[in-house]
Amino acid sequence: MSEPGDAAVSSGSGDGRVVVDLRGIRKEFPGVVACDGANLTVRAGTIHALLGENGAGKTSLVNVLSGVYLPDDGEIWVHGRQRQFHSPADAIAAGIGMVHQEFRLVPTLTVFENVVLGSAPRYLDMGQIIERVAHLAATYSLQTDPARPVWQLSVGERQRVEILKALWRDADVLVLDEPTAVLTPAEAADLGLTLRSMADRGRSVIYISHKLDEVLSVCDEATVLRNGVTVAQPRSLAGIDRSDLAEMMVGETATEIQRPTDQPSGDVVLDLEGISALSDRGLPALHSVDIDVRAGEIVGVAGVSGNGQRELAEAIAGLRPTTAGTMQLAEVDITGTSPRARSRAGLAYVPEDRLGVGLAPTMSVVDNAVVRSYRSMRRRMMLDLRRCEDFCKRLVERFGVQVGRLHEPISALSGGNLQRLLLGRELTGEPKVLVAAQPTRGLDVAGIAAIQSQIVAQRAAGVGVLLISEDLDELLALSDRLIVMYEGQVAARMDPTQVSRADVGAAMAGTASA
Amino acid sequence: MSEDAIIGLLVATVQFATLVYLAGLGELIAERAGVLNLGVEGMMAMGAVTGFMAAIATDRPWVGFAVAALVGMATAGVHALVSVIMGAGQVVSGLAITIGGLGFAAFIGQDAVRERADSVFTDLSIVGLADIPWVGPILFDQPPVVYLAVVLGVAAWFVLSRTRLGLALRAVGESASTTDSVGHSVILLRTSAVLVGGAFAGAAGSFLSLYMAAGWTEGLIAGRGWIAVALVIFGAWRPGRLAAGSLLFGFTLALQPRVQTFDLTILGLEVNTISPALLGILPFLLTVVVLIAISFRARHRPSPAPAALTLPYRREER
Repeated sequence: MSEPGDAAVSSGSGDGRVVVDLRGIRKEFPGVVACDGANLTVRAGTIHALLGENGAGKTSLVNVLSGVYLPDDGEIWVHGRQRQFHSPADAIAAGIGMVHQEFRLVPTLTVFENVVLGSAPRYLDMGQIIERVAHLAATYSLQTDPARPVWQLSVGERQRVEILKALWRDADVLVLDEPTAVLTPAEAADLGLTLRSMADRGRSVIYISHKLDEVLSVCDEATVLRNGVTVAQPRSLAGIDRSDLAEMMVGETATEIQRPTDQPSGDVVLDLEGISALSDRGLPALHSVDIDVRAGEIVGVAGVSGNGQRELAEAIAGLRPTTAGTMQLAEVDITGTSPRARSRAGLAYVPEDRLGVGLAPTMSVVDNAVVRSYRSMRRRMMLDLRRCEDFCKRLVERFGVQVGRLHEPISALSGGNLQRLLLGRELTGEPKVLVAAQPTRGLDVAGIAAIQSQIVAQRAAGVGVLLISEDLDELLALSDRLIVMYEGQVAARMDPTQVSRADVGAAMAGTASA
Repeated sequence: MSEDAIIGLLVATVQFATLVYLAGLGELIAERAGVLNLGVEGMMAMGAVTGFMAAIATDRPWVGFAVAALVGMATAGVHALVSVIMGAGQVVSGLAITIGGLGFAAFIGQDAVRERADSVFTDLSIVGLADIPWVGPILFDQPPVVYLAVVLGVAAWFVLSRTRLGLALRAVGESASTTDSVGHSVILLRTSAVLVGGAFAGAAGSFLSLYMAAGWTEGLIAGRGWIAVALVIFGAWRPGRLAAGSLLFGFTLALQPRVQTFDLTILGLEVNTISPALLGILPFLLTVVVLIAISFRARHRPSPAPAALTLPYRREER
């Protein structure tokens, strides 16, 4: 990959012909407007970056293009004709090929079977099909063995199979949703070459990414989304640098969150020294992270998703083994101890996946409420159901959870109410440290305000809070100190009152300042 | 022990193997598409009784065979409706079909029990081959259904592994959402597979009433449908291995009726004095042993079972 400075962006072999034109796309989900007047214009023979923060509407926009969602408003033009896509099959027929973040492959089938599935000839002449798939792969320098079963392949190879699937259907627009998130750097470089060879043959690529370096070295043009609206459409990326892109993505929005009043912070209650851990795939995800949190302060953790924040939260909660370093909670060494021991030592944990890790979806509100403290509600060998219910009622009242019946499955609750209950449950028993991962993500305005005011109240009560969030406004408004994670390391430590969104954005992109 | 007794045992082995192979092949097709159908026993009973009655009424065994296949298909249609189209639990629906099918077959067959079977399949000697010593009588002097089972087995293998339809069927049994996303209809594929499986089971049932037992009685199927279900696992969901398993199970099934004709002493025990009831357990004992053995299969590779087996599919909506 080339240096961002001299980003040798070829203009592609594009003749300027518009292949895809999305005009004023609006897509609303219950309580959330994902796209609100988004435009996207893609020319033949170009690699087009679709940029934006999490929740900016990138994925929703391309799902409209690929027929997964029907837009509420707006027009889809492909090859100069207005189209309506009612299913992915319609979009495939119009030449749109989508590579989702989660691959749609059948592991027990071979590569060529996966490639031709859905558009195979009636009789499978294996030798001939293998040859055709191999030829197609070679044309776009996609290394693969068509006869191997997919379960034996690495993630990078599986992605190549997904691209082959689109090429087999003769897609002239290939949409890749964060394609390098799962790739090694070498695989990512190969992918860049493949995409360029597609563009050189007149096809177009829509490339969703947060990785600004990558966008600058791979892409020709860009569209930047913010809050579901297209805010910038540079025709060429030549002469644009990383911080320009970061600024377009982040923008300058007014914050409405009240800063908590200043207060002196106390002793260190959470102390991580040199913590390292592996990702789910067994690759290093955290490298020697040092973080300390004092009583009565909020330490914010910023970063583009996938830079180790999830692993950090899980390592502190005891859900992910650490490979190096020590951890202390209120001067008790908790390195290597169980989640239960940490909870007893005074840790409250609000996980990112609130309805998978945080709560048991099919169990009742009461069961979920007492699952952390049921041991104090026993009567001899049995649970005292009345005490459980009373406990749950108090929790529901104190944290303003709107709930129908206490014994209905908790999955019936809305996101905001789930989070209120989860946070309330974790905060019982006066914890010393609260680790909250993406606590306000996906909530409506009222839910966000309720959760944020709880976090601030905990700070006032002397709890040390580690707030991991992708919402920069939230972090800047609430944090006493700000840490920026990049590639599993602490890339910057900042004073939120002294930095701008652009500074933080640059650090998130890997340009250490501050 | 005479040559005739051994040949008789092997002839019966091939016939019992045909019985469980036909039913197992149908189950295999449904399971490859991701639908477990535990109704095989019930579908076989329905096929056996209706096939027998139709053959008597028309005096043509082939008409009975065809009717049995259609009735098996219709019975399987209930399973397809409940479990594929409406997405209810496959296990419950299949068990209901077995229990209901056995009961319904006994009900409609009340009069057929007393019927004498005149119009049943007769052996079809293949000219030239049937005279080969040993092999001839065992393989080439059998009822036509035996030859048909071989043809159907080869056809099933070909369709599953060499055609677009087979690829789609295998894919829908592994991942319905992937198959849906490339434009195949999950409902259509799975329903067709279940219906074809039902036809095979019904036809297998009529092979019992139209040849092997040459009559209908309640309890005629006697658990052979369950053996077919277990055979699919034994055969690792592949038609070829299913055939090998069918012969093995066919042999244990044939022992019970044939052993009494043996004049053989092993370790001082006269074989023909072994209780037939004890011998009747043998196939089921073998089933248990086989299922345990299979569970110890190497774990580093994916299980041969279709990954989406028993999982209903509903297109996600957001």
